[in-house]
Amino acid sequence: MYRGGPGMLAWVLHRITGVAVLVFLLLHIVETSMLLYGPQAYDHALALYKQPWFKPLEFLLVAAVVYHAGNGLVVLVLDLFPRATRWYRTLFWVGAAAYVVVMVPVAVIMLRPLFAP
Amino acid sequence: MQATRVRPNGWEWLSWLYMRVSAVLLLGLVLGHLYIMHVINSTATIDFAFVAQRFATPFWRVYDLLILVLALSHGLNGLRGIVNDYTRPGGGWRLVWNVGLWTVGLVFTLLGALVLFSFDPSAFARR
Repeated sequence: MYRGGPGMLAWVLHRITGVAVLVFLLLHIVETSMLLYGPQAYDHALALYKQPWFKPLEFLLVAAVVYHAGNGLVVLVLDLFPRATRWYRTLFWVGAAAYVVVMVPVAVIMLRPLFAP
Repeated sequence: MQATRVRPNGWEWLSWLYMRVSAVLLLGLVLGHLYIMHVINSTATIDFAFVAQRFATPFWRVYDLLILVLALSHGLNGLRGIVNDYTRPGGGWRLVWNVGLWTVGLVFTLLGALVLFSFDPSAFARR
């Protein structure tokens, strides 16, 4: 039984981001299949992603994938070296710091067009 | 996060192992895809002509086929894990979910593969 704490938070976020990315993947496959109906149909489907309000969602998608990948890596390390579980809290905070370091420049690059058109 | 311990045989162990193996492959494939499409490029510049040029060589078609198969199976198998946490073993709801997950998996794999194998931009070239 979990007492809560960073491990529980990491686990809940892993599930939420996993399901969110899966839902987008299904949408992405449908929208890509519009390629078979020619340029007009495909570009019409892509117009959804070019709306200004979609940009923050696109960033959230990238943020979700990067989180899921990073936390998945931590799970893999703990599976391979179960004794590392003792330092889980350290691992969690090192991972959280690395995540912020990666996501700040990505946020600037992806969201800049919203502020400087 | 706990290190999962599963008996090293049987289907559930293979499923557990598959999640790790596909995760390692997806790590490079998906982060590369996101970096190229959403950081270097952007949805502002992607259109039919962009994709036609990208799919002119088989390399990116194979790359995308790998992501399609690995990501879809990894995602649906992950969702199966969640379903197993909230449904009773041998119960009706679990069966309904499993049929649904397999159906979605097969239909979307076939749809994605159809696009990657049969997309031919020259069919829409202006005459």
